[in-house]
Amino acid sequence: MIEVQDIYYTYQNGFEALKGVSLKIQKGQFIAVMGQNGAGKTTLVKHFNGLLKPTKGTVLVDGVDTRKVSIATLARKVGFVFQNPDRQLFCETVEDEIAFALKNFGYSDENIKKRVDWALNILDLVQYRKVSPFMLSGGERKRVALASVLAWDPEIIVLDEPTIGQDSQQKERLRQFIVQLNRQEKAVIIVTHDIEFVAEIKPRIVLMAQGKIIAEGEASEILTNAELANQSSLVVPEIAQIFKSLRDLGFDGNITDVYEGGKAILEKFGENR
Amino acid sequence: MAIVETKGLTYTYPIGTKPAFEDVSIEIQKGEFVILTGPSGCGKTTLCRCFNGLIPHFYNGEIKGEATVAGLRTTEHPIHELAQHVGLVFQDPENQLFSLSVEKDVGFGLENLGTAREEIRRKVDWALKITGTYELKDRAPYELSGGQQQRVAIASVLAMQPEVIVLDEPTSFLDPLGAKTIFEVISNLNKNLGITIILVEHRLDLAARYANRVIIMDKGKIVLNGDPRVVFSSDEAQTIGVGVPKVAMLFQFLKTHGVALSRVPLSSEEAAEAIREALAHD
Repeated sequence: MIEVQDIYYTYQNGFEALKGVSLKIQKGQFIAVMGQNGAGKTTLVKHFNGLLKPTKGTVLVDGVDTRKVSIATLARKVGFVFQNPDRQLFCETVEDEIAFALKNFGYSDENIKKRVDWALNILDLVQYRKVSPFMLSGGERKRVALASVLAWDPEIIVLDEPTIGQDSQQKERLRQFIVQLNRQEKAVIIVTHDIEFVAEIKPRIVLMAQGKIIAEGEASEILTNAELANQSSLVVPEIAQIFKSLRDLGFDGNITDVYEGGKAILEKFGENR
Repeated sequence: MAIVETKGLTYTYPIGTKPAFEDVSIEIQKGEFVILTGPSGCGKTTLCRCFNGLIPHFYNGEIKGEATVAGLRTTEHPIHELAQHVGLVFQDPENQLFSLSVEKDVGFGLENLGTAREEIRRKVDWALKITGTYELKDRAPYELSGGQQQRVAIASVLAMQPEVIVLDEPTSFLDPLGAKTIFEVISNLNKNLGITIILVEHRLDLAARYANRVIIMDKGKIVLNGDPRVVFSSDEAQTIGVGVPKVAMLFQFLKTHGVALSRVPLSSEEAAEAIREALAHD
């Protein structure tokens, strides 16, 4: 779906944010881009919907070079939810906000209504339909921003720091939601620092440092690697720490989530008996 | 005597139709490290704004009951007087820093109080050293990383030598290593200087181990208030939807499946130790 071929990106002030990045993203994949602030994560994902075009190298979305299509065309395929929802919201009501892009895409009124209802429903925003987005809490505004992108049903969804300001119930909802999107063959890419969120839901991890991808792989491999964590200002998740320090008892040191961890301990008790 | 105390405190914002929180009574003793948590919109940030007088002096609205900090009724003393006793650190350090150099930012509050030059220098240097930002003192705040900025923001309230520091989700914008450093800095202020800490947090995996008390709010009310090991292993904490530390969730999982660890762990080290011990005695 997305093919990033050895791209470089230099900002106008001369800062080289990407220094040779290659990556392939397939249908239905769930990917977390992680790494230190300034590692190039947001710069990279902004290439997916053509907000940025590489200084060198090529980005293909469904086989099409992002340099050769407009952002408007790409936006239909790639929905982007910013870290700060206030950069994205501007309408007077939540409902108008969600309908805005749909109107721009020229959908029929009936279709717009159907999609707005669907998006309000799925993100638990029905009661705020007629409310100004600016009356809502930060977490709620983030959900409005997400709803307005999902409403036009893009194939690829990029979420920049979706868990900031969300409590654990909302995070759980977000998790279920991403699973659902993946089932519909949509690719979901999150940029995140939330190590404990990632440790539980285990997306494929793309780890960046200083404008390059320094590691790519399964969450259980990448998150449990203390050296990689150190290089990218992450910490090894709590559950993984436990099992790393219990390796001498024969535990698998790559466990990152509570459920698997709990099962492994119960098994050990079973063996003892 | 409690250093922070509220009695039947209820507050409604000027535009609010119902109270942001209701009938909150808490007592925090000097030297405590308290984590205040709860789902978004539960009223925890609003409550913090009462501790340094931002409510009611800045936000107006309707306040009932009373809040006392360091023996001062917050309704009767102005913000600048309360600021000498309670420092508030916000979520986004960019909202708090504005000077051309780190040193100036950290000295700003003291300058405003008309503190003598020499004393300002001494206190600023002290605050910078304790927060590990001394080597940054000539830099501009905007040049720093988020984690460095947040440490400077802490230094700037620390320079006033308050008895209480309230931090409202100070690590939201930081990477995990930056967050860990902040929690360590706060914990040192608490342990070494005896400063009372009230920390508002969602992400408790790295913070829980430092607290001696956890208060959980839900829908404007205090629902749990006590020892972190008791609070995090209670059924209410799990159902309210606060970020119960993963290690406490693991404890709970094992308990439901018939394996009892000797105590509720608050860190991976404690958890590993408890599991090792349980297996050895099995």
